[in-house]
Amino acid sequence: MKLRQLEIALEGVEGFRLPKVNLEQYVTTPHLAACLLHTAETRFGDIYGKNVIDLGCGSGILSMGSAMLGCSFSLGVDIDADALEIFQENKTHLEVEDAIDALQADVSNLNAVQHKRFDTVVMNPPFGTKLNKGADMMFLHTASKLARNAIYSLHKTSTRDHVFKKAGSFGLVPHVLAEMRYNLEASYGFHKKKSLDINVDFIRFTYKCVQT
Amino acid sequence: MRVTRFLKMRLMTHNMLTSHVKGVTNGYPLILEATETNEKEIDFNPEFIAKMIPRIEWSALVNAMEKLGKADLIPEEVADEYENDEDFLHKAHHALLEIDVIKGNLVCPQSGRKFPISNGIPNMLLNEDEV
Repeated sequence: MKLRQLEIALEGVEGFRLPKVNLEQYVTTPHLAACLLHTAETRFGDIYGKNVIDLGCGSGILSMGSAMLGCSFSLGVDIDADALEIFQENKTHLEVEDAIDALQADVSNLNAVQHKRFDTVVMNPPFGTKLNKGADMMFLHTASKLARNAIYSLHKTSTRDHVFKKAGSFGLVPHVLAEMRYNLEASYGFHKKKSLDINVDFIRFTYKCVQT
Repeated sequence: MRVTRFLKMRLMTHNMLTSHVKGVTNGYPLILEATETNEKEIDFNPEFIAKMIPRIEWSALVNAMEKLGKADLIPEEVADEYENDEDFLHKAHHALLEIDVIKGNLVCPQSGRKFPISNGIPNMLLNEDEV
């Protein structure tokens, strides 16, 4: 599947109906999601035939896209029941339900899932600002326990040094694949500007040690 | 109703979930109490299933199948040369991916805490006093 085709298909994914500020529920745009997944597949072969987990999946754009690119199984995890309800609807609507399960759980403390069951983690974590300080690194810590091969994630470019330091302490090696612009529509009242561009690093994390 | 038809949890997911209630040391596997299930045939990918076998806790899968009254559909042990055993891989595929739990509970074997499954989504969130 070509990048553009994937992006168009992902435009059919419904987002949050009422975004919750305490959970930093920004929708991952079809463009960002398509770039992330297409790169993971075409450059690294980390999606097709793989077992993929989507952390903080929200309404599920990364899970849906992984299924479209042929992952064998995908588990979307989110704390929010309302988001998961839309996730389930998207699965059915996009006819990718065979490849995808959903789980309601707290990603920042995900002891309910056994380690190393998945090949690949895909995620667009909360940026860890405002009410959620450090949430992005808690997500990365969780991800480091779940994957065997690679973690694909988006992080604020302004926090790159911190992300690299933390990744190292989790046994991960970060590779910045691209710097992208994340256009946040003014979803919340505290966004005074109409829309807001944030520079984000698209990072692939691998492991320092070979996973057994 | 079409929208709710496919809202399900598979045993692949059950196999990786564990109770994490404070004080619980033996929370695996979760006892599956299914009140509504379904079956759906999906594409069989033997390479994928073979790759997953070492990551699956086989006894937990057998246990879940027993709870669903389907013990006869799954071998008690992993076959010796499972990579090349199409029949075995197909049975594993069926158990892991083709049985849908729509409604029920996952019960912690130690504390008895019930984690509900509704609309095919297991809810593993803990209350504040359980963390």
